[in-house]
Amino acid sequence: MIPTEEEMRDALRKRHGEKLQEKFSSAAVAVCGLGGLGSNIAISLARAGIGRLILIDFDRVDVANLNRQQYKASQVGRYKTEALAENLKEIAPYVRLETRTARVTEENARELLGGAQVVCEAFDDARHKAMLASAVLETMPEKYLVAASGMAGLGSANLIKTRKVMSRFYLCGDGVSDAAEGGGLFSSRVTLCAAHQAHAVLRILAAQ
Amino acid sequence: MVKINGESLDIAGKTLEEYLKMTEYDSARIAIERNGEIVPKSQYGETTLAEGDCVEVVSFVGGG
Repeated sequence: MIPTEEEMRDALRKRHGEKLQEKFSSAAVAVCGLGGLGSNIAISLARAGIGRLILIDFDRVDVANLNRQQYKASQVGRYKTEALAENLKEIAPYVRLETRTARVTEENARELLGGAQVVCEAFDDARHKAMLASAVLETMPEKYLVAASGMAGLGSANLIKTRKVMSRFYLCGDGVSDAAEGGGLFSSRVTLCAAHQAHAVLRILAAQ
Repeated sequence: MVKINGESLDIAGKTLEEYLKMTEYDSARIAIERNGEIVPKSQYGETTLAEGDCVEVVSFVGGG
């Protein structure tokens, strides 16, 4: 038997306090890229009781994703948007999810991110990361951006940091560990970076 | 002097584009903040660095 919506809402209110939970439950957050960063960010935000999550990814779950991304072996081949929505619904059945199975481009970013107060950049590719950062910071001054750079390899966990680059732009990661250099991506360090991003989102919303 | 990523450089009068050409940055992987504001990519060539400017070049690396 899963708890009722009222029971889950009460539990969150008790944990977080009524005022804070109201901010979380009325918030809309977009997660761009549902890989090692995005799938973990979405789970943290759903658990915190964020009211509306916009989940964006064009790709399908691959066997090579299972080392760090929040999917199950039984979900290989499925669209990440659909598989993650299914997993999130098991954790937080009453969260409002909007899935957008699409590739984010400069042209469609505004439309895909519509309604989100905070945008999490959780792509894999450095060029896509920079493209989204530019699109949000240049053309959507009403939104916050929480991006990530540098979480590959087995470098110290303590090097992963959250930094405020400028008003409305936060950057998580160690800034230098590039997955393209062959260091590998490990669940522990990628999840840590995702936790930094999710935590930055909660702090932004709490300060509203 | 212009402060770029914490380093003071004697490049006041140059444009951002001219500065980037002197470096190894890949313009497709960066975002630039100048005195607290984002500089649109389309304006790198027209943005002249002034004495006392504080600039940060955020260079993204892959992985996620």
